[in-house]
Amino acid sequence: MYEFEYHRPKKLADAVKLIKSKKEGKLMAGGMTLIPTMKQRLASPTDVIDLSGLGNSGVSVTKTKVTIKAGTTHAEVASSSDLKKAVPALAALAGMIGDPHVRHKGTIGGSVANADPAADYPSALLALNAKVVTDSRTIEADKFFKSLFETALRTNEIIKQIEFEIPARSAYSKFPNPASRYAMVGVFVADFGKKGVRVGVTGAKGSAYREKAMEKALTADFSADAIAKVKIKADDMNEDIHASAEYRAHLVGVMAKRAIAAAK
Amino acid sequence: MPAISMTVNGEKVCGDVEGRTLLVDFIRGNLGKTGTHVGCDTSQCGACVVHVDGKAIKSCTALAVACDGATVNTVEGLATNGKLHPMQEAFREHHGLQCGFCTPGMIMAGIDIVKRKGKKLKEETIREELEGNICRCTGYHNIVKAIQAGAAKM
Repeated sequence: MYEFEYHRPKKLADAVKLIKSKKEGKLMAGGMTLIPTMKQRLASPTDVIDLSGLGNSGVSVTKTKVTIKAGTTHAEVASSSDLKKAVPALAALAGMIGDPHVRHKGTIGGSVANADPAADYPSALLALNAKVVTDSRTIEADKFFKSLFETALRTNEIIKQIEFEIPARSAYSKFPNPASRYAMVGVFVADFGKKGVRVGVTGAKGSAYREKAMEKALTADFSADAIAKVKIKADDMNEDIHASAEYRAHLVGVMAKRAIAAAK
Repeated sequence: MPAISMTVNGEKVCGDVEGRTLLVDFIRGNLGKTGTHVGCDTSQCGACVVHVDGKAIKSCTALAVACDGATVNTVEGLATNGKLHPMQEAFREHHGLQCGFCTPGMIMAGIDIVKRKGKKLKEETIREELEGNICRCTGYHNIVKAIQAGAAKM
């Protein structure tokens, strides 16, 4: 790792000021991606601004909405009793990220800002019609994930919290890479009753996306049979040593069916 | 270089570190506590697991400076007055190790599982919770047995 200057502000305003004043500063939430990246010298920021001093964590639930502050760890999300009641699928998803030690450090804000194509949370943000609230504005999940590690966040913009709509029922089904536990494909299905069904997919393409043909079929009939005829094209799917594009396209259908069967 | 201080195994310690100094390097290099191991150095293997403010984390993926003011517990802090911690004793009794390299992380992870899941642990739970700890010798069977037995005696 190259040397850098370390900062740990206590207030969001100070963090914003710091990141704006540094030429090549980098924000660090839990550091579960940034530290390994810096160790491999794939990132060499002049300054690291650690957001863990902000104390910005917690899950709150109202009748229609779940709000998770950006600094909330995966372990905290997974074990929130309010969330387990409101959106059990979202708590379960957090409990599938990495391993227990990583979940003690990694945060939802960090994961969402990093936008790893195989990260779990992006599928939930899309399926649960989430809003990403930053220090300066609110961005809809549909407009947030742009492409590989690319989001709508401006340079120096800091996520404050994520707000999710509460569905009637939902589930997340993932086919994890056996070594990394990242999603080869993960599908989050959320049934909003009259407002329709939303399907968020991660791991399959450069960025998480909504499988709209499935959403249409499931809004008409929420059953695994309803999507049997939905054709998932392999054209723009990821291809690597772990899985071919065709295999990933096939997995999207399989994971979606499992999620539909498990939805509650 | 930032000066940091923390409580390690109940003892106040301090030191000067670079921003990039990893917690595991501070523990091993500055404090000379080499019980905490570096296995993979890529956040996979869990040989470096320590408890920071009561939570198991991978010390190869934490900055020492970010742990300024924290309470850290390592495998060296487990035994009291020459008597092994029940989890350590269980690893000895059930032969939960062969080469022993992963053992400090396994023991710290095992204690963390008990903290979160209680003393009565199902085999299945232990196996799932050991996701972040890799052993290249044992095939895990005896590690799982050891954690189950150690948990019951904690």
